[in-house]
Amino acid sequence: MDYHAPESIHAAISLLVNAEGDARVLAGGTDVLVQLREEMIEPNHLIDIKNIAETRNISICAKEVRVGAAVTGAELGEHPKVKALWPGVVEAVGLIGSHQIQSRATMGGNLCNASPAADSVPALIAADGKVVIAGPNGERKISIEDFLIAPGKTALAIGEFVVALALPIPPTRTADAYLRFIPRTEMDIAVVSAGSAITLDEDGKCTHARLAVGAVAPTARLVKSASGILVDGLLDDDRLEQLAQATSAVCEPIDDKRGTVAFRTQVAGVLACRAVKLAWQRAMERDI
Amino acid sequence: MSKHFVSAIVNGDEVEFRCDSGETLLDVLRTKLYLTGTKNGCGTGDCGACTVLMNGRAINSCLVLGAECSDMSIETIEGMAVGGELHPLQQKFLDHAALQCGVCTPGILNMAKALLKENSNPSETEVRFGLAGNLCRCTGYDKIVRAVMDAAAEMRARRT
Ligand code: FES
Ligand code: FES
Repeated sequence: MDYHAPESIHAAISLLVNAEGDARVLAGGTDVLVQLREEMIEPNHLIDIKNIAETRNISICAKEVRVGAAVTGAELGEHPKVKALWPGVVEAVGLIGSHQIQSRATMGGNLCNASPAADSVPALIAADGKVVIAGPNGERKISIEDFLIAPGKTALAIGEFVVALALPIPPTRTADAYLRFIPRTEMDIAVVSAGSAITLDEDGKCTHARLAVGAVAPTARLVKSASGILVDGLLDDDRLEQLAQATSAVCEPIDDKRGTVAFRTQVAGVLACRAVKLAWQRAMERDI
Repeated sequence: MSKHFVSAIVNGDEVEFRCDSGETLLDVLRTKLYLTGTKNGCGTGDCGACTVLMNGRAINSCLVLGAECSDMSIETIEGMAVGGELHPLQQKFLDHAALQCGVCTPGILNMAKALLKENSNPSETEVRFGLAGNLCRCTGYDKIVRAVMDAAAEMRARRT
């Protein structure tokens, strides 16, 4: 195996395109190095993208927040502006692993590892995040939902890699939240998770809602009917009940040592309601 | 296997080493630089025994490649005592008997050092949370937590 540390997007793409044999992209390494050691992957080339400026920056413009694919969880958590704009996304990333892991792990890597239980993913989907992909044909931007295809499988084609994740600048009175169920207090893999983003009007009525659940299907899922249930209304028990049912209906979980199908399906509905309530409450507290 | 030539700072000293692409910082520290105070517990980021500081942040050295360390500043347990004087954390670990076999101790000391740099007055919950990535199979953690709290108090007192 050969380690490469290109310093530009262009150099990384040409390494990926011209690599003989299998090439893997390395960011924080908290998944890739484990997979290497356990011989789950045996690449001929390891392409470290951390020396490429675009992967290391957080930039905010009028339209979006761009978080470079190699920005660590710790760095994201220390960024007051991103935290203020999308608290749920930042909290979700902060839940990944120990302090030591946070010093290295990245949101881009969490996404590309494509685990059904990845903490950042439901939050990113709820926030309507996009993946910024560089490749031999230039840059393309696709939704998180379209990027994730199956466990461990993404929409990246040969020669492509993720440069950054883009989050929209949220409209006025918008907030998000992410919650997960784990049997211990910390350092665990989500059994079920839910992320939500809610926008309210001046009267506290919902104008926009997104909800996604994780660990209950091969990839995290957007609960498409959530918007129809919540938009144009206030938060009441009837709507929450409908929301729980709609969420459980999109679940196709597996039985494993962490949870049964029945448990995951029910808890997804419960967590979805809690995540919506929390995002709603945060949106109400916003003065902008 | 390609050989990488890496220069880095380890415990304040400039060092140079060669490593293969697949060698971790943990391998390099233990087998190239003979700094065997850093322990190998799991090799997969679960136990924290290999914790060192890299540019001031606590990391699992088993999850970093040697080749990634160019120009990085690494702090290991060997650099913790200065001029023969134990760091307050080390002294408090002795005072509280916060170690038994000692395999987890270098990693825990480094993690605690990083925590106290961020938060000089942590609550017990914050210490326990901060050390959640460090496993100890001997002590039951209580003495470790007490030693860290006590060291934090002493370090605050020294500063005033
Ligand atoms: S040896 Fe690195 S975390 Fe266990
Ligand atoms: S003292 Fe033995 S593992 Fe902690």
